[in-house]
Amino acid sequence: MNRLNPSKNQKHLRVGLRYGFITLGALVMIIPFIWMILSAFKTTDEILKLPIQWIPSVWQFGNFTTALEIQPLFRQLGNTAFLALIKIMGEVFVSAMVAYGFARFDFKGKNALFLLLLATLMLPYEVVMIPTFILWTTLGFYDSYVPLALPAYFAAPAFIFFLRMYFETFPRELEDSALVDGATWLQIFTKIFIPLGKPALITIGLWAFMGTWNDLLGQLIYISSDTKYTIQLGLASFSSMTGQTLWGPLMAASLMALTPIIILLLYAQKYFMEGIKTSGIKG
Amino acid sequence: MRRNRVGFYFILPWLIGLILFTAFPLLAALYIGFTDWNIAGDANFIGLDNYRYLLQDSIFWSSLWVTFRYAILAVPLGTFVAFMVAVILSRPMRGVGIYRVIFYLPAVVSGAAVAIIFKWILDPSFGLINGFLNLFGITGPDWLGDPNWVLPSYLILALWGAGSGLFIFLAAIKDVPKSLYESAMIDGANAYQKTRHITLPLVTPVIFYSVVMGIIGSFRKFTDAFILGGAGGQGRFAMVYLYDLAFVDYRMGRATAMAWLLFIIILTLTIILNISKKYWVHRE
Repeated sequence: MNRLNPSKNQKHLRVGLRYGFITLGALVMIIPFIWMILSAFKTTDEILKLPIQWIPSVWQFGNFTTALEIQPLFRQLGNTAFLALIKIMGEVFVSAMVAYGFARFDFKGKNALFLLLLATLMLPYEVVMIPTFILWTTLGFYDSYVPLALPAYFAAPAFIFFLRMYFETFPRELEDSALVDGATWLQIFTKIFIPLGKPALITIGLWAFMGTWNDLLGQLIYISSDTKYTIQLGLASFSSMTGQTLWGPLMAASLMALTPIIILLLYAQKYFMEGIKTSGIKG
Repeated sequence: MRRNRVGFYFILPWLIGLILFTAFPLLAALYIGFTDWNIAGDANFIGLDNYRYLLQDSIFWSSLWVTFRYAILAVPLGTFVAFMVAVILSRPMRGVGIYRVIFYLPAVVSGAAVAIIFKWILDPSFGLINGFLNLFGITGPDWLGDPNWVLPSYLILALWGAGSGLFIFLAAIKDVPKSLYESAMIDGANAYQKTRHITLPLVTPVIFYSVVMGIIGSFRKFTDAFILGGAGGQGRFAMVYLYDLAFVDYRMGRATAMAWLLFIIILTLTIILNISKKYWVHRE
C-alpha cells in the first residue's frame, strides 16, 4: 500500500517473516509436549483414531491409574528426588569449596592442578565407567545409591570451573576486612562466599538436579531391585514391556516424570540462562 | 605462607576424588582391556585379543557406522539451526522471553520421557507425523521399524533438541560490536550480507565448540537409542553396543577395549578439528 516508502514496507515484511519463522519453530518445539499431555487424558479409542483427534471428548484419568498399577511412579519419583537432593548437597557445597581454594589462594602447583582439572573435563566417561563399576561392586555397593551419590562429595570439575570464575570476580577487600575481624578462612568461605555466591550456587544446583533427573545410563548400571528404581528406570522398563503398547498410560507416566522439571524451568529460568551466559556450558 | 597451605586443603576433596574415581579406574581400565574378564571368573591376560576381536566384529563396525553417520548429519544440521534461531532471537522482539523458554526446553527436559514421547510421535500407524501426513493422503514410512528410516527418525529427534545449543550462540552474537553493523549499513549491506559477513565469522569459535561437543555427544548417545532402538540394528549406537557388551554379556575386558577405541576415535576427531581451526575459526 505504501508506495512512497518501499523500504518501510520491506521492513514490515522482514519483521513479519521473522515472527512467522520463529513462531513456527516454537510450535514445532512445543507440540510434542501438548500432544503428550492431551494423549495422557484420552481413551485408547481416541488415541488410535485417524484423522487425529486432538482434544479428548472427556478428560479422564484412567491412564494415570493404569500407569500407577504397572509402575509405582510416585515411589520412583520420590527415589529420584531423594537421590538428586543427596547429590546436589555434595556437588554444590564441595565444588564451591574447591572453587574457593582455586580462586582465592596461591599455593604450589596450583596452575598445574587446575590444568589437570580441565583435562578431566575432556576425559571419556565410558573408559572409567567399567572399572568404577567393578570397584563399587567389589566393595559391595551394587544395587544401592552409594555409587551414584558418593562421588558427588568429591566435587564435579565442570562446576568447579564455573564457580572459580565466579569467585574470582569478588573484591579482595572482602577477605581482608574479615581477616582483620579475626575470621578464619573456613568462616570466610561459609559466611561470605556462600551467601554472596548464591545465584551461581543455585545455577549449579539446578544443573546437578537435571543431571540426576535425566540420567538413565548410570542408574541402569547400578540399580537392580524395583524398590530402588528411579523414574528413568521406571519409564525405561515401562516402555520396553512386550505386547501391545499402552500409549495412554505411557504418556501419563511421561507427563508425571516431566512435570517437576518443567515447573522448575519456568520457576528458575533466570538461573538457567545466567549459567549459560557466563560459562558457555550448556545444560 | 599460611595462605598457601590453606588453599590446598580446600581443593583436597577434589584431588582425592580424582585419584579414587579417575586415576585409579583409568589405570585399571588399561589393564582390563587386555584381559578376558567376564565378572564371574578370573581375569586372564590375553594381550591384544579383545582389540583384534573388535576389529573383526561386524556389530562393532556397524555401531560405529551408525554413530558416525548420525554425527556427520546431525551435528552440522543442529548447529545451523541453532545459529539461525539465535540470529533471529537476537533482534529486539516482543515476547522474546517466552520463545527463549520454549527453545530451551529440550536442554532441560531429556531422558527416557522424551524418548518415549518420540516413540509415540514416530508410531507408524497412529503417531503424530504419520497422522499428519495422512491428512494429505500420504502413507508415512515405518520410521523406527524400517532400517532405511531409522536414521531420519533420529535426525528428527536431534533437530528438535537443537535449540538447546542456541544460547551460547545468542551470547556470542550479543558480543559482536554494534559499530560493525552500522558501518555495514552505511555501505548498503542487506540483512543476509550482514549475517553472512559479520555475524557468522565472529561466532565461528562457538560453532567450533558446538561441533566438538556434538561429536562427543554422538559417541555418548545412549538414552534415546536405548529406548527407541531401531530395525536392522540401525539404532545401535556405539554406546549402546558398549553397554550390551559390558552389562548384558558381562564381557568387561572386551567392553573396556571398545571404550578405549572410542576414546581414540573421539580424540583423533578432536585433534583434526583443532588443526582445522586455524583455517576457519576467528581469533580475537
